Amino acid sequence: MAHGAGGKASRRLVEGLFAPLLFGSSAEPLTDSARVLVDRTSVAVTTDSFVVSPLSFPGGSIGELAINGTVNDLAVSGARPEAIVVTFILEAGLPASVLESEVRAMADAARRANVKVVGGDTKVVEHGKADLMYVTATGIGSPIPALTIDPRSVRAGDKVLLSGPVGDHGITILLARGELDIEAELRSDTRSVYPFVEAISGAAGAAIRWMRDPTRGGVATSLNELARDCGLGIYLEEEELPVHDEVRGACELLGLDPLHIANEGQCIAIVAAEYADVALAAIHQTPGGGDARIIGEVREQPAATVLVGTRYGGTRVIDMLVGDPLPRIC
Amino acid sequence: MCLAIPGKIVNFAEDGRLATVEVVGVRRKVDLGLLQEDMPKLNDWVLIHVGFAMSKISEADALEQMRTLALLGESEQAMQEVRGYGLEEE
Amino acid sequence: MKFVDEFRDADLIKKTAEEIRRLAGTTRHYRFMEVCGGHTHAIYRFGLKDILPENIELIHGPGCPVCVLPMGRIDDGLALAADDHVIFAAFGDMMRVPGTHGSPLEYKARGTDVRIVYSPSDALKLARINPDRHVMFFAIGFETTAPSTALTIMRARAEGIHNFSVFCNHVTIIPAIRAILDSPDMRLDAFIGPGHVSTVIGCRPYEWIAKDERKPIVVSGFEPLDILQAIVMILRQMRAGEAKVENQYKRVVPWEGNRAALRAMGEVFQLRPYFEWRGLGFISQSALRIRDSYAEWDAEQRFQVPGVRVTDPKAAQCGEVLKGVLKPVQCKLFGKECTPEHPLGALMVSSEGSCAAYFNYEHRKAMATSLSRSA
Repeated sequence: MAHGAGGKASRRLVEGLFAPLLFGSSAEPLTDSARVLVDRTSVAVTTDSFVVSPLSFPGGSIGELAINGTVNDLAVSGARPEAIVVTFILEAGLPASVLESEVRAMADAARRANVKVVGGDTKVVEHGKADLMYVTATGIGSPIPALTIDPRSVRAGDKVLLSGPVGDHGITILLARGELDIEAELRSDTRSVYPFVEAISGAAGAAIRWMRDPTRGGVATSLNELARDCGLGIYLEEEELPVHDEVRGACELLGLDPLHIANEGQCIAIVAAEYADVALAAIHQTPGGGDARIIGEVREQPAATVLVGTRYGGTRVIDMLVGDPLPRIC
Repeated sequence: MCLAIPGKIVNFAEDGRLATVEVVGVRRKVDLGLLQEDMPKLNDWVLIHVGFAMSKISEADALEQMRTLALLGESEQAMQEVRGYGLEEE
Repeated sequence: MKFVDEFRDADLIKKTAEEIRRLAGTTRHYRFMEVCGGHTHAIYRFGLKDILPENIELIHGPGCPVCVLPMGRIDDGLALAADDHVIFAAFGDMMRVPGTHGSPLEYKARGTDVRIVYSPSDALKLARINPDRHVMFFAIGFETTAPSTALTIMRARAEGIHNFSVFCNHVTIIPAIRAILDSPDMRLDAFIGPGHVSTVIGCRPYEWIAKDERKPIVVSGFEPLDILQAIVMILRQMRAGEAKVENQYKRVVPWEGNRAALRAMGEVFQLRPYFEWRGLGFISQSALRIRDSYAEWDAEQRFQVPGVRVTDPKAAQCGEVLKGVLKPVQCKLFGKECTPEHPLGALMVSSEGSCAAYFNYEHRKAMATSLSRSA
């Protein structure tokens, strides 16, 4: 099954199976968190599972990913992360030191992201029935009143804002597996994007139409989902896309597209044109947001499509990623 | 059909069969076995395909290409001027 | 110089495109075949169609080793991997290519030991570190890739590594070009020659195309300026009424090719009498097999290969598309039964295949423009 790698296959699984059977007949577009009324107060809820090989890699490890990933799903759905519960599935034989270091990594990440871990559960499965360690994290957050994240509010002319360089996480993981024998000074970008969300919601408030953290499948997949949900076209300027040299080099060597590579610490925001500059300035002033850019805009045409434009007037359509990015030699 | 890209040789392994090349900030060891007849030197650029150096890249030829291309527009401009005199190119 | 960015210079690209426009004029239609799938990929990736005049049509050629590989060969390779003892190693390009019972990636999900390698030498390394397993490298590619496989097999013998073999699917480009030129419905004006194959074979093997067939062929690099310059060179030849082999990619391609690479290929491989190409059928002397002197490292000689043959669905018109007779979108299955996620025909299989490339870039663009906002 290619369903875990983001992109078309996972979308089909959600839309074709989970949504109709589990989520009722709601016509609301699928977002990164659900809203629940508790005592007449709206609460944002999200859950995510984390499976990564190797467990730790330059710049992070599965423990940090679990916290930051959950925090980010809440943040880009317009909520302030409050608390997280975690579940560990452990393979019998996992060294206790590995577990301990992952729990420590989680505690550190939670402290940095300013979120409390309030509970959890552990299951141990037989050796060979899991790959060392899986983590599931469920987060709750409080909705930011000024924000309404809805793809249907996106309009032609809106700007596409990106918080920083793309592809660091995905390429770091690909290289950390060691099979490709490629070395680079590259670190995963795993971090909480809540500070960016807080900054732009303060600066642009209701002018923010939509947000997403472009994880599996990369920026291209997130924006294709948006293009489909809003029925509009999204035009990206290739030249404006921030990409570290190491990611560019690895992508050239392996025939990959940085727009398809996973990120764990970036957010994309669609902002009304007249507020784009203040939103960008707000991210620039937030620690870690120095490389944020306006990378493109929403257009009427071509409908439901993401188009990338080059400096010399060429364009190409970039689709969602089908499955994992695989290195090419052809 | 074949993805091959330029990389710069940044060091040689002890036996001289492998070299480390750098491609925009990433490094990989490549096999020099197919360049035995014309071995590259340190800082030379080679074309890499499936982990093998296929060919040395000539900076002189690359610069020559850029010059030729830069002249394309100029010769066209010259032609425009010639046409201004009422002459045709063919 | 970095040998990449220089060849993507916006001003020079615009200048070169203007020159193409001037040379092409407006009175006639041109049909150029880019032989190599790498060119197809670059043309779409850099959006070159948008900057070329409409009367220059680029036809995507047979130079995609994944596309032209018959499904039976994949079935054969995967059948050998059914043995728990075997590690099936292949390039990432092969991983999503469907066999009768699934792609290598699907076999991997079902428990077959399938590994992605970047280099044949990485497959040999797997054999070194797994001495109690047998590593079978599923080799694909044209003359660019074949020398690396050859050298890897020579190394295996020199080092006495016996738990390594190659399932060889290497093919040669010239017979495929000949098959296309021999086709009665062929209507091509010129060829953009495969730059990276030519680093190995040089430019001489194309001379018959110019001399006998009177078609210009310009060996080209893969950056936007390379491809555009090659088109300028073709147009100039046509204006002058010439048909020559020219080398646009001089910085990389020596006219005589790479003798060490040709020697390694000659040492390890010999031509097969014939080989099946998906979309083109059987072509004589168009593929390589491993010589008997290296039989120990030849998976086909070492193991019992089922020899599966799978015919493409009759409705798929891959051959006509390959020859440039039909555009991808004119095939009856295109975008309906045959899509990149569920490829039926050869050319939909790899992102370099002309149908997949057309689907991903042109077709979606065209479809999208014709749709109105649905929300």
